[in-house]
Amino acid sequence: MSRFIRNPKDVITGGLLLALASMFAYLSLDLPMGSAVRMGPGYFPLMLAGLLALLGLLVLIGGLRFEDAGEPLSLAAIPWRALGLVTLAVVVFGLGIRPLGLGAAMGLSVFLSALASRRFRLPTALLLTALMVAFAWLVFIKALGLPLPMRGPWLGGY
Amino acid sequence: MDILSNLELGFSVALSLQNLFYCFVGVLLGTLIGVLPGLGPVATIAMLLPITFGLPPVSALIMLAGIYYGAQYGGSTTAILINLPGESSSVVTALDGYQMARQGRAGVALATAALGSFFAGSVATLLLALFAPPLADLALQFGAPEYFALMVLGLIASVALASGSVLKALAMVVLGILLGIAGQDVYTGVPRFTFDITDLADGIEFVALAMGVFGLGEIIRNLEDEHTRSVGVQKVTGLMLTREDFRRIVGPVLRGTALGSLLGILPGGGAMLSSFASYSIEKKISKTPQRFGKGAIEGVAGPESANNAGAQTSFIPMLTLGIPSNPVMALMIGALIIQGIVPGPNVVNEKPDLFWGIIASMWIGNFMLVLLNLPLIGIWVRLLTVPYHVLYPLIVGFCCIGVYSVNNNVFDVFAMALFGVVGYVLVKLECEPAPLLLGFIIGPMLEEYLRRAMLISRGDPLVFFTRPLSASLLLLALAALVVVLLPSVRKTRDEAFKE
Repeated sequence: MSRFIRNPKDVITGGLLLALASMFAYLSLDLPMGSAVRMGPGYFPLMLAGLLALLGLLVLIGGLRFEDAGEPLSLAAIPWRALGLVTLAVVVFGLGIRPLGLGAAMGLSVFLSALASRRFRLPTALLLTALMVAFAWLVFIKALGLPLPMRGPWLGGY
Repeated sequence: MDILSNLELGFSVALSLQNLFYCFVGVLLGTLIGVLPGLGPVATIAMLLPITFGLPPVSALIMLAGIYYGAQYGGSTTAILINLPGESSSVVTALDGYQMARQGRAGVALATAALGSFFAGSVATLLLALFAPPLADLALQFGAPEYFALMVLGLIASVALASGSVLKALAMVVLGILLGIAGQDVYTGVPRFTFDITDLADGIEFVALAMGVFGLGEIIRNLEDEHTRSVGVQKVTGLMLTREDFRRIVGPVLRGTALGSLLGILPGGGAMLSSFASYSIEKKISKTPQRFGKGAIEGVAGPESANNAGAQTSFIPMLTLGIPSNPVMALMIGALIIQGIVPGPNVVNEKPDLFWGIIASMWIGNFMLVLLNLPLIGIWVRLLTVPYHVLYPLIVGFCCIGVYSVNNNVFDVFAMALFGVVGYVLVKLECEPAPLLLGFIIGPMLEEYLRRAMLISRGDPLVFFTRPLSASLLLLALAALVVVLLPSVRKTRDEAFKE
């Protein structure tokens, strides 16, 4: 690691906070400000964005000056497979719930998230999927009566 | 006596068959998730929020409360038996509890934890019954400036008491507020930060944020390194405490209860801080501090009492002021709002059955927990052998159906997926997600009271300092901020969290 950046974690955090603060400030400027007596919708957010920028700057400076005491940040340690598959599982559920219905959407999302583990075994995953689909049907449709079809229109449901 | 008739009302509500059932479900679920590492009360309550739609408000709150304090019990079981704290508040219990178990005194440690928790829970419930109504009456006289000051104090205190960098925690609070006020402005109807997406007009769904950050983010984090869980479960024998044991635990239980009750009321306090504080105090005042960490029964009794008392009294600011002191209480407020109840000082007077019913149910719930935990210990132990890779796909499934059923809106599901990634990134950058959630909940209220106060004072910001109560609250907040930023205090604070 270069000597200039002592704590990459804090530098990244500070940078992200500054970027977010600028975004919020930019969006707030488009809103009516009002006055101190009658604050418009933009007044409070702009104040907060300023505060956030200040905090981001302080974190950034701190990251340049002070050494990181915790475990170092490493890109290799990030579980890309888990990150991608768990997110995908949720997105697939969102895409599938209307056209496919609860059964298939739930099954797909449980199976996809099971794939995220390095201990993935096909029989276990299939069993889990079946278990969860049955449970979802029993609890959410039978017991709680959620207005959700088990089979969506794409699968011949209604 | 007023309080007696109130408690009578409370027990009549809590003892109805339906509410007893939900109380039981709550503490059972709480114990379950407390036992299972990697699944905490925040994620569980967020998952169950949608289910509480169909319940009457009292039953919903009774169940959710049961999950929270039930988790404190369950977490200690795993801490003692396999040195793996199920909840962050049981981290210190593992220090001496596991050592006791290795010396063949697992039963005694478990019984100590259960008895200490029961005693502390009962006392804290009584405190809640005694102090909440007068506090609510006091709060009724609060004007907008006082509320604003109180919320600022709450947010600052939660930052000060959190572990990790104060600056980052503050930034998380501010970011949380900004996310919280997204959506239509209440006064003018102008959409803010919506990027012209209609689904964002009502703001970001709280359940999507909470489940994404605490549920999914946590799962991704846990999948980083999948260790085989050590299943070296210690055998449980002999639940009975000797007379000598009793003599040893009386002091720690009493001190832990007092400490936990006090810290629980503080914003950001609650169960975890109470248990840490209790352990260090017991170690400090003990005549034989070298026994700590080697199976000292005091090291189990104190923190276990403290975390349960803290969990209980953290309901006080939520029920009387409508201000959450930790993420779980933020979710409780979410549950109340879903039910159409505005949390605040009026709840005590306008909904006495709700208020007193919850309080009475806590005592009943604590009693159930003692019954659940001691005889059923074998079942809980067996649950520990459920491996994480079997568990987490189910959690993902629950999160999906849970967040969808809040509004029957697909957008919330996608938002949750995004917040899952955000939650993981935050953890990686060592930013605490809890202050973000608190800011998110308090944000809209904070803005409303600020605007109202400024309107009343005709734009004079001095209004916050000319009114004695709001001035002292803000000064307190400032003092808390200065204190935690001082290097010397920061050092001891870091050490306290390390211990």
